[in-house]
Amino acid sequence: MGAIPSPEYNQSKILPQKLALWVGIGSMVMMFAAFTSAYVVRRSAGNWLEFKLPDIFFLNTVVIVMSSVTLHYAYTSFKKGKEKWYKGLLIATFLLGILFVVLQYKGWQAMTDIGATFTVNPSSSFIYVISGIHAAHVLGGIAALIVAMVHAFVLPFRPTARRRQRFELVCQYWHFVDVLWIYLIGFFLTQS
Amino acid sequence: MAHAVTAADTLEEKLTQELGYDDHFHEHHHGDKFQSNFLTTYIFSTDHKIIARQFLITGIFWAFVGAAMSIVFRLQLGFPEADMAWLKPILGKWITVNDAGIGKLDPEFYYSLVTMHGTILVFFVLTAGLSGTFANLLIPLQIGARDMASPLLNAFSYWFFFLAGVVMFLSLFLSTGPFSGGWTAYPPLSALPQASDGSKAGMTMWIVGMALFIVSSLLGGINYITTILNLRTKGMNMWRMPLTIWAILVTAILGVLSFPVLLSGVLLLMFDRSMGTSFYLSEIVVGGQILDRIGGSPVLFQHLFWFLGHPEVYIIILPSMGIVSEVLSVHARKPIFGYRAMIYSILAIGFLSFIVWAHHMFMAGVNPFISNFFVVFTLIIAVPSAIKVFNWISTIYGSNFRFNAASLFAVGFVSMFISGGLTGIFLGNSAIDIQMHDTYFVVAHFHIVMGIAAFFGMFAGIYHWFPKMFSRFMNETLGKIHFWGTLIGAYAIFWPMHYTGMAGVPRRYYSIENFDSFKHFVDLNKFITVAAIVVFFLQILFIINFFYSIFSGRKLTVKNPWGSNTLEWTTPIQPGHGNWPGNIPTVQRWSYDYGKGGEEFIPQFVPLKEGEHDHGH
Repeated sequence: MGAIPSPEYNQSKILPQKLALWVGIGSMVMMFAAFTSAYVVRRSAGNWLEFKLPDIFFLNTVVIVMSSVTLHYAYTSFKKGKEKWYKGLLIATFLLGILFVVLQYKGWQAMTDIGATFTVNPSSSFIYVISGIHAAHVLGGIAALIVAMVHAFVLPFRPTARRRQRFELVCQYWHFVDVLWIYLIGFFLTQS
Repeated sequence: MAHAVTAADTLEEKLTQELGYDDHFHEHHHGDKFQSNFLTTYIFSTDHKIIARQFLITGIFWAFVGAAMSIVFRLQLGFPEADMAWLKPILGKWITVNDAGIGKLDPEFYYSLVTMHGTILVFFVLTAGLSGTFANLLIPLQIGARDMASPLLNAFSYWFFFLAGVVMFLSLFLSTGPFSGGWTAYPPLSALPQASDGSKAGMTMWIVGMALFIVSSLLGGINYITTILNLRTKGMNMWRMPLTIWAILVTAILGVLSFPVLLSGVLLLMFDRSMGTSFYLSEIVVGGQILDRIGGSPVLFQHLFWFLGHPEVYIIILPSMGIVSEVLSVHARKPIFGYRAMIYSILAIGFLSFIVWAHHMFMAGVNPFISNFFVVFTLIIAVPSAIKVFNWISTIYGSNFRFNAASLFAVGFVSMFISGGLTGIFLGNSAIDIQMHDTYFVVAHFHIVMGIAAFFGMFAGIYHWFPKMFSRFMNETLGKIHFWGTLIGAYAIFWPMHYTGMAGVPRRYYSIENFDSFKHFVDLNKFITVAAIVVFFLQILFIINFFYSIFSGRKLTVKNPWGSNTLEWTTPIQPGHGNWPGNIPTVQRWSYDYGKGGEEFIPQFVPLKEGEHDHGH
């Protein structure tokens, strides 16, 4: 990554990459804040199709929360030097992540089945678009998990500070997409 | 990089060796792997100084294209009867030559020109070209860092901008023409390909180009914020930072928070265009055909657009404000007046910019009661703006002012900012907006306050930091001609527009000659066009001066030609990768100690004397 200056002359303790990710998370929050406030503004204008959100989305919420839990324990195992747990939980997180995206797709299918199609009314369009763009962010997280798995399985196990920091970046992002989904499902629930 | 320990022959080198921070930089790179050949040095570089120059030169290219477009539509406005057949070799089928051999500009293409002129100038020149150049150049150099927090993302930021430019440029050559619905891209015009030719492939490419541009802007912004907050050298606390860095920091924060909102809005627009959703569309008849798209709200797009759009105008003006503060202080040889007030004003402007967006929508059917709220906050922006103006004037008041191209443009900025800011007070009132909206008064207001003013700040920065960028000076005489010509010319263009606007002449119209009430403005319109052409050629003079000086300008022979306090002037005349060959200087004082204690200037790396008070703290 070129000339990343050594952290020792940082005035603050936070790693530059972590701060950068926090700022990036801030901008992603703004994007979803825009979507959800657009939803509110549009809903208040009337002509709004009401429908019940398919249950599959709630199942999915459990899946992504679980993935955050497994990732957290993968991280603590990594720090404690428990190599097997670290690798196993990392794979579990990855599979749960994939499962989340698949279930989202099933959820969209369930919505189409009850007549809340993509184009019928903005009320359903919004759900597809918001959850779809969230799913795209989850896919980005899965890509990061793949990198973490490559690190875990290709490199020899050595819990160095640098490896830990890199892993922390993956965790930071993954927990963010998890919390983001909890916000979104809560938003959909209170709004519809 | 042979730089271990050389004889300290100046005070600066001595202090840098004694007090400077040794981050073992030289131990990391044996030889310079980043600048090993032409391609990695000048094209795919990750060095912030090269990326700054890439942004600048790309920005100049776009400024030329955007300005040339304005000349074409100004010709149409000023001389609607004139024969434009001579433009046929450039504009091709967009010039229709009738039987008498008289060439006319295609009205559809006129709208494309206006739209592209706005898009290019606002985003490609005054956002990427201005922020991209000076954030990249000045952040690491002025805060004492080797490079950006992530040089790779920084390079991506440029290349996404480049790609956005390629997409936008190619859209100019579409058979249906580039997008023509105005730079604000309001639906339904932008959402329905059948609405106009420009809304077909031109709009699709506009969206793709803008999406790439937003990615570029976010990558850049994240990097700027991280670098400023995290990589400052020892002693460079926030209250010692030059105002350029403060302005760039707030600019980057505004960008990171507001561009994602535009991305949301544009994504929904994309779904409306290509997937059949109706976020912005409801009950529309187009071409005699009733569409089945119902339930959308076009005003929703305006909310999302202007939630970016208003911070965007401060994204444009804040870097210029920072540059002007620095340039005025250096050339007035006086500390900036009200350093802290300047910072608080920047923060206040940044905050207020997020809660005034609906003043762009007073006439779009927004509840008049809610408009009052936006009127009040809009007018409050006048307070921090006035504080800044007062401080700039106080900085140069009674000073031993050095008149050169850089400082003149900085003074010109203040003049433009006052003139344009005052008309903002008119337009910020929703009642006056009933008469003024969508007239040339608006055009005059925003061109002066954010177009010309931001350009003046950019020119001040270019003339001031050109020696740092290219190790040569630009030609002073040409620079002064450039300044006086542009100052007078810019007022000649935009001052008369206030009168036409107050009389109600609408903006964006292809021609106003058919309206009896505007007949008496025909000569004024001619005058504006002639002034625009003169100013355009003055900018070509600048471009010639710029490129000539890169290769044959007067050589820089000393490190610190302006006698400036900031750290960028402690780097070698041609700084290599990593900026400082040895230690990074540490900062002992704020950056504005000019004329203090009998000394003309005291650079930031000089320790405080016993009992001396640091103003920044």
